[in-house]
Amino acid sequence: MPDTIDLDVPAHEHAARLRAGDYTARTLAEATLERVRAQEPSLHAYITLTDELALAQAAAADERLRAGEGGPLTGIPIGVKDLLSTKGVRTTAASKMLEQFTPVLDCTVVQRIQEAGAVIIGKTNLDEFAMGSSTEHSAFGPTHNPWDLDRVPGGSSGGSAATVAARGVPLSLGTDTGGSIRQPAALCGILGLKPTYGRVSRFGVVAFASSLDQVGPFGLDAEDVARLLGVIAGHDPNDSTTAPVPVPDYTEHFGRGLGGLRVGVPQQFLGEGLDDGVRQAIEQAIGVLEANGAVVDRSVTLPSADAALPVYYLIAPSEASANLARYDGVKYGYSYTSGASVEEEMSLTRGGGFGPEVKRRIMLGTYALSAGYYDAYYLKAQKVRTLIRREFEAALSDHDVILSPTSPSTAFRLGEKLDDPYAMYLNDLYTIPANIAGNAAISIPAGFADGLPVGLHLAGRPFEESRLLGAAHAYAQLTDWHTRQPSLPAV
Amino acid sequence: MALTADEVRYIARLARVALDDDEVERLRDQLSGILDHFQILNDIDTSDVPPTAQSFDLANVDRPDEPRPSLDREEVFANAPRREDGYFRVRAVLD
Repeated sequence: MPDTIDLDVPAHEHAARLRAGDYTARTLAEATLERVRAQEPSLHAYITLTDELALAQAAAADERLRAGEGGPLTGIPIGVKDLLSTKGVRTTAASKMLEQFTPVLDCTVVQRIQEAGAVIIGKTNLDEFAMGSSTEHSAFGPTHNPWDLDRVPGGSSGGSAATVAARGVPLSLGTDTGGSIRQPAALCGILGLKPTYGRVSRFGVVAFASSLDQVGPFGLDAEDVARLLGVIAGHDPNDSTTAPVPVPDYTEHFGRGLGGLRVGVPQQFLGEGLDDGVRQAIEQAIGVLEANGAVVDRSVTLPSADAALPVYYLIAPSEASANLARYDGVKYGYSYTSGASVEEEMSLTRGGGFGPEVKRRIMLGTYALSAGYYDAYYLKAQKVRTLIRREFEAALSDHDVILSPTSPSTAFRLGEKLDDPYAMYLNDLYTIPANIAGNAAISIPAGFADGLPVGLHLAGRPFEESRLLGAAHAYAQLTDWHTRQPSLPAV
Repeated sequence: MALTADEVRYIARLARVALDDDEVERLRDQLSGILDHFQILNDIDTSDVPPTAQSFDLANVDRPDEPRPSLDREEVFANAPRREDGYFRVRAVLD
């Protein structure tokens, strides 16, 4: 047994060492908890650490490993976004509304990673109800970017991204409604994948916008992301929006290289509003792809994608205003109980329990759905959604992937965009179209601008996550961006 | 697209979200600004375009109508703010 475990390695290396008996799941869990706890004063990536649960799961994993059983996740530490219900473990959605809420069920995804033997280290921080792009809208305070503690990690799954980037845990789970996995992955310099709509169960996941939400993995390399996706993907009888489509081996495209990969690069995604440093890194990445056999086509256009942002900020808040109607102070959650009437108590419960961004979106969605405005806003947005989807279908009929930056800028300073909601919304410019169209999409580390990570975004056809992961794997054979690691203050 | 304070209060009433006067003013300003950005949708011709509610073509998913255990009563009430005699307690709805 070594004195120290190398915690900087990807999950598949831990898995190999656990199988070889170099260390046990228990010692790995203890070392991980120690590091995560030491990083917390700098990062604040977690809302709740789950030591007891982690050690129990690690003990169970060790038994399976001793018996020669288990799979790629057995004994592997993982962080879980605090939007995913965990039985007996407080699940807050980073809201005062659910500060004291303890689910009586595990969500399907958590159930699946537990069956696979994963060790849950804690519940990670997020923007309240997953609404935001910086993790500053958490009722529990912001998460900090491990590359620069004065900057945001992105959001909404900022805690899940920051803890993996800091090598606290090798894997984590997030959710992505408009970019909430891919944008923080980009800003923290790791991989993040949004599965195809319908690929992963949402049963037990706190709902935000039901026609857009997907759960997905964060990791340090394509193999880890592929293995975790393989565990959580698939049909769930408890979620009738999951697709009855077989789950492939998501590493099936590894080793194929980039030769012949047809890459569409819409010029509109490299135009106005994009930081120069990000543009340079992306152009350099395109050069690497091209030099290694990819066929890059810059003539592809997605005319309606320019309208994706308003479409999203009508559809998502509209769905949110309906989904969040359940927080009424009656069945669970924060409750104001000194009002004069049912209506007053409900209004004061919601006025006091929700933070500013959640209120803003509920108001926006309620307005867009209200009598007299429904056709002009909500229905119009749904029609433009059809156009965006058709254009993606057409573009992906003769291209394998659509390439863009993941985010128009690198990590911005805490507080910088907090008072300007629309400036914050613009962070999601390049990630939103994949949610609107329902495609699979990934963010891959692709360089740095002024010392901060830049993410490369690839969107693919529905249910072709393997192709995206194959491209990410091939790109990582040619560059070493994914191995770059932030140095946190000595802990 | 400038909203009035009264319109903001009306939407807040529909959404059952209590707002103080500062919040009403801030939201009036912010929502008006956000709605301005949405005007570009009016430039897109959607006259023959059907709406998309969700991107994956699944409809009317059925399962066999077989009884199965539901949550235990104690679990249902585990997070209830107020309960009484096996019910969720609320203020009187009717006077």
